[in-house]
Amino acid sequence: MAIVTIRDLNKKYENGFHAVKDVNLEIRDKEFMVLVGPSGCGKTTTLRMVAGLEEITSGEIRIGERVVNDLPPMDRDIAMVFQNYALYPHKTVFDNMAFGLQMRKYPKDEVLKRVRDAADILGIEALLERKPRQLSGGQRQRVAVGRAIVRHPQVFLFDEPLSNLDAKLRVQMRVELKRLHERLETTAIYVTHDQVEAMTLGTRVVVMKDGYVQQVGEPLVLYGQPANKFVAGFIGSPAMNFVDVSISGDGRHAETEGLRLNVPDRIRAHGGKRLTLGVRPEALRIANGSDEHGFATKVDVVEPLGNEILLNFRAGGAPMVARVDPGVRLKAHESVRFAVDPERLHFFDATSEAAL
Amino acid sequence: MLIERKWKKWVFFYLPMAVFIVFTLFPFYWMAITAFRPDNELYATWRQPNAAPLWTLHPTLEHFVGLMKTTAFPTWLWNTMAIALVATGISLVCGMFAGYALARLKFRGSEFLGTAIFITYLVPQTLLFIPLADIVRDLQLGNTPWALMLTYPTFLIPFCTWLLMGYFKTIPKELEECARIDGATRFGAMVRIIFPVAIPGILSAGIFAFTLSWNEFIYALIFMSSADQKTVPVGVVSELIRGDIFFWGQLMMGALLGSVPVAIVYSFFVEYYVTGLTGSVKG
Amino acid sequence: MGRGRARQDLHLRAEQVRVSRLTRLLESEKALAAALLAPGVAILVIFIAYPFVMALWYSLTSIRVGDPGHFVGLDNFTKALNDLIFQQAFKNTVFYTFWATIFKLALGMWLALLLNRSFRFKRIVRASMLLPFIIPTVLSAFAWRWMFDPTFSVMNWALYHGGIITDRLPFLSSGDWAMWCAVLVNTWRGMPFFAITLLAGLQTISPDLHEAAALDGANAWHRFWNVTWPLLLPVTLVVVVFSVIQTFSDFQLIYVLTGGGPANSTHLIATYAYQIGVGSGLLGEGAALSLFMFPVLFAVVWVQLRYLKRMENG
Repeated sequence: MAIVTIRDLNKKYENGFHAVKDVNLEIRDKEFMVLVGPSGCGKTTTLRMVAGLEEITSGEIRIGERVVNDLPPMDRDIAMVFQNYALYPHKTVFDNMAFGLQMRKYPKDEVLKRVRDAADILGIEALLERKPRQLSGGQRQRVAVGRAIVRHPQVFLFDEPLSNLDAKLRVQMRVELKRLHERLETTAIYVTHDQVEAMTLGTRVVVMKDGYVQQVGEPLVLYGQPANKFVAGFIGSPAMNFVDVSISGDGRHAETEGLRLNVPDRIRAHGGKRLTLGVRPEALRIANGSDEHGFATKVDVVEPLGNEILLNFRAGGAPMVARVDPGVRLKAHESVRFAVDPERLHFFDATSEAAL
Repeated sequence: MLIERKWKKWVFFYLPMAVFIVFTLFPFYWMAITAFRPDNELYATWRQPNAAPLWTLHPTLEHFVGLMKTTAFPTWLWNTMAIALVATGISLVCGMFAGYALARLKFRGSEFLGTAIFITYLVPQTLLFIPLADIVRDLQLGNTPWALMLTYPTFLIPFCTWLLMGYFKTIPKELEECARIDGATRFGAMVRIIFPVAIPGILSAGIFAFTLSWNEFIYALIFMSSADQKTVPVGVVSELIRGDIFFWGQLMMGALLGSVPVAIVYSFFVEYYVTGLTGSVKG
Repeated sequence: MGRGRARQDLHLRAEQVRVSRLTRLLESEKALAAALLAPGVAILVIFIAYPFVMALWYSLTSIRVGDPGHFVGLDNFTKALNDLIFQQAFKNTVFYTFWATIFKLALGMWLALLLNRSFRFKRIVRASMLLPFIIPTVLSAFAWRWMFDPTFSVMNWALYHGGIITDRLPFLSSGDWAMWCAVLVNTWRGMPFFAITLLAGLQTISPDLHEAAALDGANAWHRFWNVTWPLLLPVTLVVVVFSVIQTFSDFQLIYVLTGGGPANSTHLIATYAYQIGVGSGLLGEGAALSLFMFPVLFAVVWVQLRYLKRMENG
């Protein structure tokens, strides 16, 4: 229903902290856009500026056709779900959900209908007369979501809405949110520090760090073609392994102590340079006799997770993790040979950290 | 729990506790039994052999009747009540507004203002009563209840502001942010969301302010001159001592009746009062 | 929901979010802050800041009731310093404040420690312990005055019949005795404030600390000085500051109990200022006398503020 456009957005606090730097984003209609990054990266500040809860230092935010820079939150036609749910403790669930409609003076029967509909969608009809303190964490979460959807806003804003839930509930709610978004078809901006949430929920994902946007893209693009070392390390779990290497003079090998790997052709131009090599744990496999791109090492720690096994070891002076098939039988301190397909290696400039 | 011998508990706990209770409550007991004691029993000297001052043998209502007949006591009671309620109301409204502004809004000079209000909190009434009497007279407020309804807030507003500011800070910011997104103005979010959530804090501040108003003496003594405008404390002091003669029976009856309403209010809200009291000194 | 519905919603909204211009203005944080602070600040300016300036002016003039007077410089202050009664009143105020605060702190701490244990009727005992603090001081001071009555004193009666004294004690009729009696009544009245506030502080101290100290072999006395007292020090300091301000500027207790007598021996600064300013109508001199409280109060408040700042930073 609405496109959100963010242009040259900056936020500088009075104490001099520059939280958001030159952010440009276009969130498409009906898109589920996730802002992800470590704490202090500016993602929440950006969201709060869209909501109208923080003043904009410079730049412009549009929702639909309107520039909303100077509009108070009530006029922006948005709804927000907060990390601590922010349910009004003195109001019943019904009144919590009806508040936004009542403030806009909707007729009573319309309020009733919309709250009922939302409660039905979220399965909280039985809770409507309760007070927030009588609800479990998951139920509160649903009410908070319900309060947002009754309004049929142009944009949903989510500020880490799942991080107060336990792990199991979080996975469940994640799926429900995704289903809900498909059903409501409303533009959503979702802030989280959890890259799994970002990957599973986002139509597109924005990775932020130190106030700057690092990369914007669909989840699999971020995973497969990270723009820089930070994105590469942030997306994916366990995280990508990094090791500093030198490219041989002929540009065919990446080398460091105890490690020598063939590199793809596109790296040939960097012969003789020092680069950072990145390899995802799932790109490493246990070498068989015919593999030529391998290296030998010793396993430190074995983490059997059931559906997979994580092998921790050191190579080229850096700690590394490999993710292998659960059928592999290896014990700590055993020797092992790993192989990796050159096309699955990532390379980053040693100083700018940009992907090559 | 640490284990303790029985005799130790008697010596170090029950005995001192009993002494504290007697010390604290005896004056009230004495006030009460004197109020119902006929004059002939009342004025028994300390050395009189058969006197039994600790108990009233023939309780009487003569002091009550005397108090009602010869003085405007019910009017004083009413005045005290009305003044305390209005002063508390004004102070609560001002304190809620100012406390909210200082706790939540960012504006230049907020720190300075907070400190200034804290300093006025600590200004005692006895420092300024002389010029204040002139101001009250110049504003044509002398000898009217408004003289006290408007001056009591000078020591109640800083207290209420201070207490409520602390309380508002404990309420998550997201509540009002959510209300503002839901369509409320800043002012609307404060009134519809923050104030209702802060009711325990507001009650604490209100109860405490009410007892302070009821207790006030020097302003009432100076600003109110005619007998029918006085508050209980001032009325008892100025109308029940004629010349050098103390009407002890009526005095104690007046003191008792003047204490009962505030004690009743207090007993209903002890927990809120205690919160207000302990909150009043927190930074 | 389809697009048609959504558009209709938008249309509805455009009509329904309509708020007055005043409310719009109050969406600015600064405007709202100003509006919210205005009523309270107005009252405080009119009835505290302005009178304070007036008090300063009065103290420099010879104003009296019905006579605006003229500027006399510091005459009122030098006169006060040479006034024997004022010297006495100042000494009394310091004496009264010092001893009453010591007693209130010691007894209040003791009472708080007792109330911090669990026992039957704890709630009602705690509630009744606060009575002296909430009952109007003037009224309870009368009860004390009646208990101290020279002829009909119940305390003299009890002590005489208990065989402790043979002659009556001159509670309020001797200067020295009267001052101590005032300290006693002030202690009685202010002790609950100390006790309840310190009790609130005590309840935040984890019992584990005491049990750990007990396991280390500390007896109750050592546990108090090594665990309770240091942890309670911040609360104690604040309570003492409040109490010092209240006691130093006290008026009503002395006004009722002794009226400053016998022979001006129990006058405090406030009661003497009242006698000169209101009783004799010498407004300028009375204002000057009151202002002698200011430096002391200011010093106490300053200590308090510095302490608060340090708490915020630490």
